[in-house]
Amino acid sequence: MEGGGRRLVLAVLLGGLAGLGAFTFHHGEGLSYFSTDPRGCKNCHIMNDEYASWSKGSHEDVAACVDCHLPHALVPKLFSKARNGYFHSKGFTFQDFHEPILIQPANAAILQASCLRCHGEFVHDIVRGSSTAEDAVQCVHCHRGVGHGARG
Amino acid sequence: MSILSALTRSRWSFAATALACAVAMALVAALLTSIFERKLEARNPYVRLVEVSEETTDSAPWGMNWSREYDDYRRTVDSTRTRFGGSEALPEQKIERDPWLERLFAGYAFALDYRDRRGHAYMLSDQEMTKRVTERPQPGACLHCHASVMPTYRRMGAGDVFAGFEALGKLSYADAHAEVVATGTSNPVAGATGGEFAHAPGAFALGCVDCHDPRSMELRVTRPGFLRGIRALAESDEPVPHLPSVEAWRSGPRKEAYDPNVDGTRQEMRSFVCGQCHVEYYCGPKATLFFPWERGLRVEEIEATYDATRFEDGHRFFDWKHAETGAEVLKAQHPEFELWSQGIHARSGVACADCHMPYKRVGALKVSDHWVRSPLLNISRACQVCHPYPEAEIEARVTAIQERTHALMQRAAAAVTDMLDALVAAQSGGAGDGALAPVRELQRAAQWRLDFVAAENSMGFHAPAEAARILAEAIDLARQAELAARLLGPR
Repeated sequence: MEGGGRRLVLAVLLGGLAGLGAFTFHHGEGLSYFSTDPRGCKNCHIMNDEYASWSKGSHEDVAACVDCHLPHALVPKLFSKARNGYFHSKGFTFQDFHEPILIQPANAAILQASCLRCHGEFVHDIVRGSSTAEDAVQCVHCHRGVGHGARG
Repeated sequence: MSILSALTRSRWSFAATALACAVAMALVAALLTSIFERKLEARNPYVRLVEVSEETTDSAPWGMNWSREYDDYRRTVDSTRTRFGGSEALPEQKIERDPWLERLFAGYAFALDYRDRRGHAYMLSDQEMTKRVTERPQPGACLHCHASVMPTYRRMGAGDVFAGFEALGKLSYADAHAEVVATGTSNPVAGATGGEFAHAPGAFALGCVDCHDPRSMELRVTRPGFLRGIRALAESDEPVPHLPSVEAWRSGPRKEAYDPNVDGTRQEMRSFVCGQCHVEYYCGPKATLFFPWERGLRVEEIEATYDATRFEDGHRFFDWKHAETGAEVLKAQHPEFELWSQGIHARSGVACADCHMPYKRVGALKVSDHWVRSPLLNISRACQVCHPYPEAEIEARVTAIQERTHALMQRAAAAVTDMLDALVAAQSGGAGDGALAPVRELQRAAQWRLDFVAAENSMGFHAPAEAARILAEAIDLARQAELAARLLGPR
């Protein structure tokens, strides 16, 4: 095949890939992951229960998913989004995750920091020391259903 | 275009690039179909292929509509084993493992045959073959819980469930069983779409229709024993903080009697359906089957109810006369609902089904696991939803509770055995009935408490402190009886 023909074939392939990729991104509601809308977090049905209980819970009108589950500074936020995005996609595509879903240590630390961002002054007597050490007091240890869960 | 021309310059670079593009497209397409499938999962929860009715006692047609639940339900035939319970092919004789049970039940059918529990699938066939039924006359009331019996109650009561319940309960087991077989099932005709049913004789173990409304699939309570028992409990003053609808009914106008199917919360129903059978009861033949709940659910409250109950001939209630001592004693059945009611899980609003039929995910669906079994066989779904700790730690906590209960139970059994020895010695030493009467009362109370924990199917887990309290009372009462008997015995 001559250069022109090859170029045409390759252009069709690359164009097809771009088109298929764009459609998959659209079908997978890829843009929603750049928003802060909690509905984006239940695109895949795994989080239906969490979403339902959060929407009836005490934090519904003050904090959405990302307010508690992501850092607020730009770079850590993007890093955490990318990291969790990777693990969520991998887990959901290959269906190889533990059920019930248990929070990972890095995400538990982010969550604890988020509790303290709003409630820190109120509870500084309780969590004076490190809030990330293994034996540190975790707010959700007792306030388990405060964000979402069967008994919010 | 320079990159494109570079990639197409040689035959090999063109081929390699084309191959890479093809592989990438294939992967993207695979991802696309995966996303598509996951989205599909979130659609139809079920397709109603056939009609089922109140008369469809055979669960197989229900399984055509609700195949996920039915598949799990059928797994109750599987053998499972935990430290303190099993379900193998005709399971181990409890009575061989704990020989004191034979002394405890001397003169009663449980001394003939007393085995570990098996799965729901065996409830009718195990009853048909136990020596307690084949070698001793038993009443038809037993079928209240072991067969899908509601259509038979309606037929025999000409539509009145309670009349049918009384009538069937008075028959012998064999006659009542024949009635259930004659009632049979109304199964949907294969291929018919207009709700046509065909009758077939046969007796079935409890199935879908016993807990679910065939139109809405809502949970409902069907058993007359439970309906009467819970009504009596509601009308008592006994605090039941774990049953909020009962407390709410009590504070209302009380115009209508408490009805779990009307008043019960959705979460309560997930325990009530189990409480239709996993309870303490008397099922005949000297009185109609009843749940002794009118004074409350605790061991001494049930005992007080029994003590206040009179048979038709005016005699005080008892299950059987102990063969060694002549005491009129009580047999505990399997008071799971009652012991659970005293525990922290009940108080926290955790239903039977939360641990024994935990929710699981099937695709996008949240399905209650109908393979009813020990939570210890399913720790991740049964326990970790609320207790986010490693499985080994959770299991160790349960084991600690059960082994402590078991150790205490063996001590109580030793005390009861010593009590029986002392009573027998006092009798053969010539002590009279008048002198022995109060000792026999102590025997009745002591062995009722031991049996209450031994017959209950959680080895104390449903309410650990309550189980320990009951066993401590059993030990105390048995030793009191032993001391009293020794004072009457030969010097």
